[in-house]
Amino acid sequence: MNMYIQPEYEVIRNSDKCIACRVCERQCANLVHSFDSETGKMKADDSKCVNCHRCVCLCPTHALKIVKSDDTYKINANWDNQTINEVYKQANTGGVLLSSMGNPKPYPVYWDRMLVNASQVTNPPIDPLREPMETQLYLGKRAAKIERDEQGKLKNTLAPQLKLKVPVLFSAMSYGSISYNAHESLARAAEELGTYYNTGEGGLHKDFYKYGKNTIVQVASGRFGVFKDYLESAAAIEIKMGQGAKPGIGGHLPGAKISADVSETRMIPQGVDAISPAPHHDIYSIEDLRQLVYSLKEATEYKKPVIVKIAAVHNAAAIASGIARSGADIIAIDGYRGGTGAAPTRIRDNVGIPIELALAQIDQRLRDEGIRDEVSILVGGSIRSSADVIKAIALGADACYIGTAALLALGCHLCRSCHEGKCNWGIATQRPDLVKRLNPDIGYKRLVNLVTAWNHEIQEMMGGMGINSIEALRGNRLMLRGIGLTDTELNLLGIKYAGESM
Amino acid sequence: MLPKEGQFRDPSGCAVTGVIDRSGRGMTGEGMIEAISVMHDRSNGLGGGFAGYGIYPHYKDFYAFHLFYDKKEAQEGAEAFIRRHFEIVYSSEIQTRKLPSVTDEPLIFRYFLAPLPQKLANSHLDEREYVARCVNRINAEIAGAYVFSSGKNMGIFKGVGYPEDIGRFYRLEEYEGYAWTCHGRYPTNTPGWWGGAHPFGLLDFSVVHNGEISSYDANRRYIEMFGYKCTLQTDTEVITYIIDYLVRRRGLTLEETAHVLAASFWSTIADKGEEAKEQETLLRRMFPSLLVTGPFSIILGYTGGLMALGDRLKLRSMVCAEKGDRAYISSEESAIRKIEPNLDRVWSPAGGEAVVFELYGKGGLAR
Repeated sequence: MNMYIQPEYEVIRNSDKCIACRVCERQCANLVHSFDSETGKMKADDSKCVNCHRCVCLCPTHALKIVKSDDTYKINANWDNQTINEVYKQANTGGVLLSSMGNPKPYPVYWDRMLVNASQVTNPPIDPLREPMETQLYLGKRAAKIERDEQGKLKNTLAPQLKLKVPVLFSAMSYGSISYNAHESLARAAEELGTYYNTGEGGLHKDFYKYGKNTIVQVASGRFGVFKDYLESAAAIEIKMGQGAKPGIGGHLPGAKISADVSETRMIPQGVDAISPAPHHDIYSIEDLRQLVYSLKEATEYKKPVIVKIAAVHNAAAIASGIARSGADIIAIDGYRGGTGAAPTRIRDNVGIPIELALAQIDQRLRDEGIRDEVSILVGGSIRSSADVIKAIALGADACYIGTAALLALGCHLCRSCHEGKCNWGIATQRPDLVKRLNPDIGYKRLVNLVTAWNHEIQEMMGGMGINSIEALRGNRLMLRGIGLTDTELNLLGIKYAGESM
Repeated sequence: MLPKEGQFRDPSGCAVTGVIDRSGRGMTGEGMIEAISVMHDRSNGLGGGFAGYGIYPHYKDFYAFHLFYDKKEAQEGAEAFIRRHFEIVYSSEIQTRKLPSVTDEPLIFRYFLAPLPQKLANSHLDEREYVARCVNRINAEIAGAYVFSSGKNMGIFKGVGYPEDIGRFYRLEEYEGYAWTCHGRYPTNTPGWWGGAHPFGLLDFSVVHNGEISSYDANRRYIEMFGYKCTLQTDTEVITYIIDYLVRRRGLTLEETAHVLAASFWSTIADKGEEAKEQETLLRRMFPSLLVTGPFSIILGYTGGLMALGDRLKLRSMVCAEKGDRAYISSEESAIRKIEPNLDRVWSPAGGEAVVFELYGKGGLAR
């Protein structure tokens, strides 16, 4: 018995508008749409639809919409439809459920429970249209000795830092999980914006070495694509210890997405699942991490900052403290809402903690220990808007990684089916016919637009607070107030409640 | 009842003024009182104070502690602590003049102190650090006692009231110093605690400040990593700690310190000469969390000099002037004209531009 499961979404076609031009049919890699030559009409197979909205967006007469099916089992607050369906699926197949992108469950979003301050009377708001409003910053260690040369001038004793013109970077998304064109879009956008994109754990395609100055290369537990030129090409190296979407396990890349090109870049066989080990097998403890940090620094002659990325988990503050003392220059923390190209559903939806709480705790812990200057803090998973960036920086982050928002800019509609490799938007796929749908000339421009727009909004909000440098916002928690939060949550975030005075 | 100063953040508007005779000749506090009285409307009667330099020539080698006591028991606790850590060379109640406009004054005592040599040696601390930590401990641990001045051959005098009244209350016409600063306070809310008035002092640093900085919590949370405790939650306190940290503990010059506190915009730095570009960029990269944004104008007093510094957008007024050996700094020119109508030179420093006046040939902090 293979239990039939009613599709979650239905394709609704307005037959008055449909001209049977068959665009939807050609656009759908999931083969939802078909043309019935007998009736001359289009048909749809709902069971194949992932609700990616490709057909809806491209239908020239706007004849299509996707609606949530109103089919339901008997209403049960404990056993909802999805929970029941997942049991059926597992009973059918015996498999682990796979999902993509970030945790969609209705957990609290703390960003939406924090409000930002503005100046009134006693100090003036600053107008970013008429005054400089600095969003440029440097990432890396700031702890340095004061040393002077014979003329008494300060010597540069700082470890290498990364210069960012905007407080936003593109987070790690591997070539393989996303397409060549998506990578090209990210790389070119990072270059134009004066920021960085991150290769993820999939190596660096040979065509993209020219964007090295704006590239962060990742060294993950699978070590895919890691070799001398790869490390040397980059502006910084990120050791991926964990990922917010799947703390405690390694990366998953289904074999279907491992094309010849991906295989070459990753240095792994074509068509075989690439499952990274859960741990780095040379890192079973913090002192081992220190050795990898310094191995990478030795390999690159101490010219590049090393980032250590961890998933936000319960003990994140203590772990971060260890990392700050491990020689790392930057800590990247990835919240449990962070995206992924493929993760076991149970892990994505149940493991890890919100980035807001992890960030607040880590920043405070590093200050309590007097080591906040040893590292910069990058946060991601998930930063959805410029307001989230402002709040993250006020809580204590140096800058933010964005992944999902960047993919949305490229056309992603969050259908959460990346692991199937049939992305109709040409992003999370390696099928050449699909990849070419994403034009990097347009894609990179859309990314530049997005981050530029955010930067303007960040400047407006900073100006409102009377702050004209992003550095004076960092950790400035008096600029935040909580709303709808418990005392415990306020304490963890280190902020006051809305209405409480300074 | 309103909470006490330090239990909430208290920004305020203000008037500041200062004078130095660079030849080292003494001036009584009277001039400052006259000058600040012109700016009466910049204060609201909730705080005024003065710092005088060179006022204790007979005790110039000893740390002069000025303390407020809310009650007699606080005095006993504080003096016991002081005796455990210092030799008390001389102590007395500070002489004041009863004025109808100055009320609710605490007990006000002065001590000239030398650290106990054995205690200092055992602490493995630099003498100034030892004294600074003792001050912090008295203020944090002994309820009702508050050290509001702790430098050598200088003193802070402050209280709740208009600054001109506070000056007369402390009989400042009887003190002579080569430099003075003064502050009139316009707090937006205050319970009127004497310790909350300004100048704020740490060792021989004193700071008077007009403004409301927007970077406060970023600065506070950063500087507290280095052992400072911002108990008063005022801008002046955090700015003083930043200056102490950068100058005394990290060894930056005043000019370098100004490039941290009121850093030039990146766009301005880009247009500077190679050397300035390199040095200022380095300072911003090393101490980004000590950039102070929002309006401020401060006068820093220290042994041998005064420094004026305003925020980089120049959101608060600040005027400098010279007449012979004397140099003046003030929120408003009127206050300077009041005590010296015929000036050689009057100018408004640019935003973020530090102006330093020091005693001739004494090798101050400016370098």
